[in-house]
Amino acid sequence: MTSTDHQAEIAADKAARKRAKRMKRFDNPWLNPKLIWGAGLLLAIVALGLIGRMLWNLELVYTGSTPLKLPPLGFENLRKQPGVLDYPLGTDGSGRDILALIIMGAPNSLFVGLLASLIGMSTGIVLGFTAGFVGGRTDDVIRVLSDVMITIPPLLILVVFQSAFGDVSLTMMALLIAGFVWQSPTRLIRAQVLSMKQSGYVQMAQLSGASTTDIMFKEMLPNLIPYLFGSFIASVTTAIVTAVGLEVLGLGPQRIPTLGRTIYEAINAGALIQNLWWWWGIPTLLLATMFIGLLLINLGLDEVSNPRLRKA
Amino acid sequence: MGRIPRKYLINRLITLALTVLIAASMIWVIPRLSPVDPAEIALGRMASGAGAVANAEEILAQLRAQMGIDQPLIVQYFKYLKGALVFDFGLSTATFPTPVSALIAQALPWTLGLMILSLVITFVIGNLLGALMVWDHSPKLAKVAIPAAMVFTSIPPILSGLLLMWIFAAKLRWFPLTGAYGLTVDPGWNWAFVQSVLHHGFLPAMAIVIVTFGFWALGMRGLMITVQGEDYVKLAEAKGLKPRYILYRYMIRNAILPQITAFALKIGLLIAGQVLVERIFAYNGMGKLLYDAILDQDFPVIQGVSYVIILITALSVFIVDLIYPFIDPRIRHEGG
Amino acid sequence: MSEPVLSVRGLKVYYATPDGDVLATDDISFDLERGETLGLVGESGSGKTTATSGILRMVSSPGRIAGGRVTLDGEDMIALSDEEFRKRRWSKLALIPQGAMNSLNPTMKISAQIADVVRTHTGAAPDRARVLELFQMVGLPERIYEMYPHELSGGMKQRVCIAMAVALNPTVIIADEATSALDVVVQRVVAQTLAKVRDALGVSMIMIGHDMGLMAQMVDRIAVMYAGKIVEIAPVADMFARPGHPYSKILIESVPSLTERRPMKITEGITHDPRNPPEGCIFQLRCPHVNDGCTKPQPMRELRPGQTVACHRAEELEGAHV
Repeated sequence: MTSTDHQAEIAADKAARKRAKRMKRFDNPWLNPKLIWGAGLLLAIVALGLIGRMLWNLELVYTGSTPLKLPPLGFENLRKQPGVLDYPLGTDGSGRDILALIIMGAPNSLFVGLLASLIGMSTGIVLGFTAGFVGGRTDDVIRVLSDVMITIPPLLILVVFQSAFGDVSLTMMALLIAGFVWQSPTRLIRAQVLSMKQSGYVQMAQLSGASTTDIMFKEMLPNLIPYLFGSFIASVTTAIVTAVGLEVLGLGPQRIPTLGRTIYEAINAGALIQNLWWWWGIPTLLLATMFIGLLLINLGLDEVSNPRLRKA
Repeated sequence: MGRIPRKYLINRLITLALTVLIAASMIWVIPRLSPVDPAEIALGRMASGAGAVANAEEILAQLRAQMGIDQPLIVQYFKYLKGALVFDFGLSTATFPTPVSALIAQALPWTLGLMILSLVITFVIGNLLGALMVWDHSPKLAKVAIPAAMVFTSIPPILSGLLLMWIFAAKLRWFPLTGAYGLTVDPGWNWAFVQSVLHHGFLPAMAIVIVTFGFWALGMRGLMITVQGEDYVKLAEAKGLKPRYILYRYMIRNAILPQITAFALKIGLLIAGQVLVERIFAYNGMGKLLYDAILDQDFPVIQGVSYVIILITALSVFIVDLIYPFIDPRIRHEGG
Repeated sequence: MSEPVLSVRGLKVYYATPDGDVLATDDISFDLERGETLGLVGESGSGKTTATSGILRMVSSPGRIAGGRVTLDGEDMIALSDEEFRKRRWSKLALIPQGAMNSLNPTMKISAQIADVVRTHTGAAPDRARVLELFQMVGLPERIYEMYPHELSGGMKQRVCIAMAVALNPTVIIADEATSALDVVVQRVVAQTLAKVRDALGVSMIMIGHDMGLMAQMVDRIAVMYAGKIVEIAPVADMFARPGHPYSKILIESVPSLTERRPMKITEGITHDPRNPPEGCIFQLRCPHVNDGCTKPQPMRELRPGQTVACHRAEELEGAHV
């Protein structure tokens, strides 16, 4: 063997060892960077809502409480007005402080998302386990119902609902959305239950005389947890997308500030042409951050449940 | 070969019919639970136009008869279902007496055009990129650039639409701000019109593409990683087949199957997202029609638009299900 | 003896782990003569399959070929570029895979999966008659021509893999536990088919397995692997009559016999850390005849013509029971 060959081999050895070391650092799959970053982004938004409420003057969300269309600090609007420290993120076309608006509005979107998914998930888990374990007619009904409901876009049904009823509270909106996010956890759990019923370790547990509930909660649930989390995050995303969609159509709650409604008002007031970018841009950015956070969490969870995704 | 198993077909047909029935019923029931009386809305609109309306009660009764809401609920319901079958949703209250179906017929081609363009492009590009992320022989650039582009995934297209609109239409003025074609061109099969349509359609389509391709790419990546470990791919490699052939025929061909199912499941959400994009671009499609109807409280139009979009969704799912046995031989033989 | 058709020298395949390389196949050397069948035996995890994936250049990350030379028909296989090696695959070096159950593409017809390899290497797709001829050779019915893998039984899939392996008349076929996933009856029948096809074509073959009984009937020579190393190579008759290495003895005595009940002499599993093999003999931690000399390096040495062994006590233990 020539010496260059040998050197190349040593280099390859080194690279392999480095790669192996990197693998070790992620020995605990729940500590992968995607998951941490995603959770961090969402926590930052929650913190903005909580800490903001304590530190900032929330009276500024009322119409006419500030000068109109002021830009954020360090920028100038078309009328050459500079941003001022009193309203650091600028103000909108009807005299409201953008910072106060997002402090009030950002947690609302998360609240709708979490509430809708919590209800949807709980329903989904119960239905999924029922379908998988009971089988027969019950399974058929649940399966067909979820097949049917999964293709109906929630946004349209909610559009019909909200235009018929007018103002709707956040909680009501969350409840309505929950009716459309139970299907994928149901399918997921049903499929998992069916495949696990076949798998060795559940059969082993059955043979050793464990009861059905024991098997369900002690043997199967722990394995389902990463999938359930993933499904939960996905339904939070769907719920927020739907809620924001409604708000941007002007159909969300009318009396509380939401990010989507702020965007709706900005579009209606022609903020795009008037170059009032902060009016729609800041809520958009915040929502985008929220979605990126949710995506990162989902990717991180994928790595937990599918170790093969972990290779760099 | 090439036959769809009967049991499978019947199953899918039942699902299709149930989906349409349930959705149509929801759309019908919900407004009737509300205290708002559409006849009074119409009367109010007249009153605001004419100042005052004499013998209001008589006109209200007349309007109710015209809208068919003076009949028993059960009669109304079956009339509605019968009408829905032939796309008859009555008359628009905002642009009375234009039939709702005429308004929809005008808007639908735009929505379908944008939908086929953006959804199909997204699906193809997304899956291809996802596959390239895993394939051993892809260019290095692909493995760095694609994950970076993925940051936008799962942001709703309405937000990306706003951003694109601001940058490329309001600031740079490369593309028109709103509309589906320019006001100066004649609609028809002439080059100026086609050009204008493409020019106007580009941003809305891009708004959808940049935020949804990542969804497919991510899903495909996971599936490809699984397929890559399959014995048949290893054997294909041992057979000395060309890498590109293995990629298409052995890897993508098998990894794509769950993606097609996912497409069917996701299509409703994607179309709903597109409706919102149409709204902000004031694109002459179903989204704009829906939005205008919401502003006018024009219930027949809201119902009609929602029904047609749900029908498109359900039909797309049905078609995907019908194609599925042809691409997965295992379904064809087991009858799903 | 003439030039061997395949010669492996000092092949090393290592897998990187956080705590150092696993020496899955460490410094193995053997020759395969033209027309010969060599059996490669050893318990699970002894590196048999890794060794063949090294020869086939199919080691994937975190594994790597850490050294060695593989010469096929006088050509160095490790030095070839990927594209050049791809052309040699199947036309010269075919594989009958472990687990034929999942080795066929579920979305391609059987005939298409045989056709594509022929087309890739000869430039022309085989006609129907040629495919049916291959089917007939391995005892497959004509009707499966239009079928997909999921419509076939396990034994049939294995036959398809055999038909595929001989489609291009390769120089060497590696059969990796080709029959071990099948039930006993089917296993025998498929093994007979394999032997028949091999004899008809005169192809050289490496057979991997752990079934010593099957090996005795199928192969000319046996190489015994333990923990990544070859510890003995011998003609099949010598291996069974006069095994030189204590581990070979244990393997052979573990073949159940009807006339005599014997307790197993060894527990399952390799006892040392595969990242850190002991100095000297690889088997010393489990060997019943271990002594001080075993910590010295144990090169393969000739015990008698054709039989080489990596044990310094081979002569004195000859005839002794385990």
